[in-house]
Amino acid sequence: MIAIDTIFTPWQSLAGGALIGVASVLLMLTLGRIMGATGILAGVLTPTTHPDTGWRLAVLVGMISGPLAVLALTGQMPEIQVPVSLPMLLVGGFLVGIGVTYGSGCTSGHGICGMARLSRRSIAATVTFMVTTGLTVFIIRHVLGA
Amino acid sequence: MRLFSSYLIGLIFGIGISISGMANPAKVLNFFDVAGNWDPSLIFVMGGALVVTFVGYRAVLRRAAPMIEAKFHLPENRNLDARLLGGAAVFGIGWGIAGFCPGGASPALGTGRFDVIAFVAALTAGIFAAKAMMALTGARAARVLRRET
Repeated sequence: MIAIDTIFTPWQSLAGGALIGVASVLLMLTLGRIMGATGILAGVLTPTTHPDTGWRLAVLVGMISGPLAVLALTGQMPEIQVPVSLPMLLVGGFLVGIGVTYGSGCTSGHGICGMARLSRRSIAATVTFMVTTGLTVFIIRHVLGA
Repeated sequence: MRLFSSYLIGLIFGIGISISGMANPAKVLNFFDVAGNWDPSLIFVMGGALVVTFVGYRAVLRRAAPMIEAKFHLPENRNLDARLLGGAAVFGIGWGIAGFCPGGASPALGTGRFDVIAFVAALTAGIFAAKAMMALTGARAARVLRRET
């Protein structure tokens, strides 16, 4: 893994975070649901005649249109830089899939919605994954020196 | 109405993720690399999202019911168990390796990049593998329970 320098973007990140919050509040206001990417993705991937499949699919299509809306508004695609090899992306993706399924949520569901509800489970889950993510990055970059 | 409002909510989320940097693994991994190329931007993403959601939820959850559905669907389980914490730990390891999380990668699919599609395919395989394992261990637990009772 080659670390790429990135620029500190406090205002842009704050505005993006606020929009993520607005979406979470609106989903609770309209459908009474937690805005969790894991639940939405997993719900769409296990297609059934479940009444939740429709709105989850609509949210997912909306999410996918996000970068295109940014392109339309600013003339530029959002920047995505991947300093990770393809095999590592696949290993990481597989572990993320197992982890979020057993852990019932990820950064959006636990880290934002759950923490905002002051849920014990979400606070414990968020602290746990922030620590293991930090340790993993430290080991890869500074112990293995990749 | 239900589908249209859900689409707009997804769009707001997707724009937020796109401009925040959460869809950019280089930025995510640099946030966690305090000992190296530290980029504290993600604190601002989390902070902005948390403040808005915290305040907004307080206003919304005062209502008797949401606007479209009959009731709020909030998780009721309050137990801290090994499944939750173990799952969260494994999620963190995967996030630290790849730099994408589900909420970052889903909107990023809109860029059509091959690496994002590959990550989401692996993520999907992980979700199915975990569901299969849970069904298997669940069936075994039910058999043991039947034998004991």
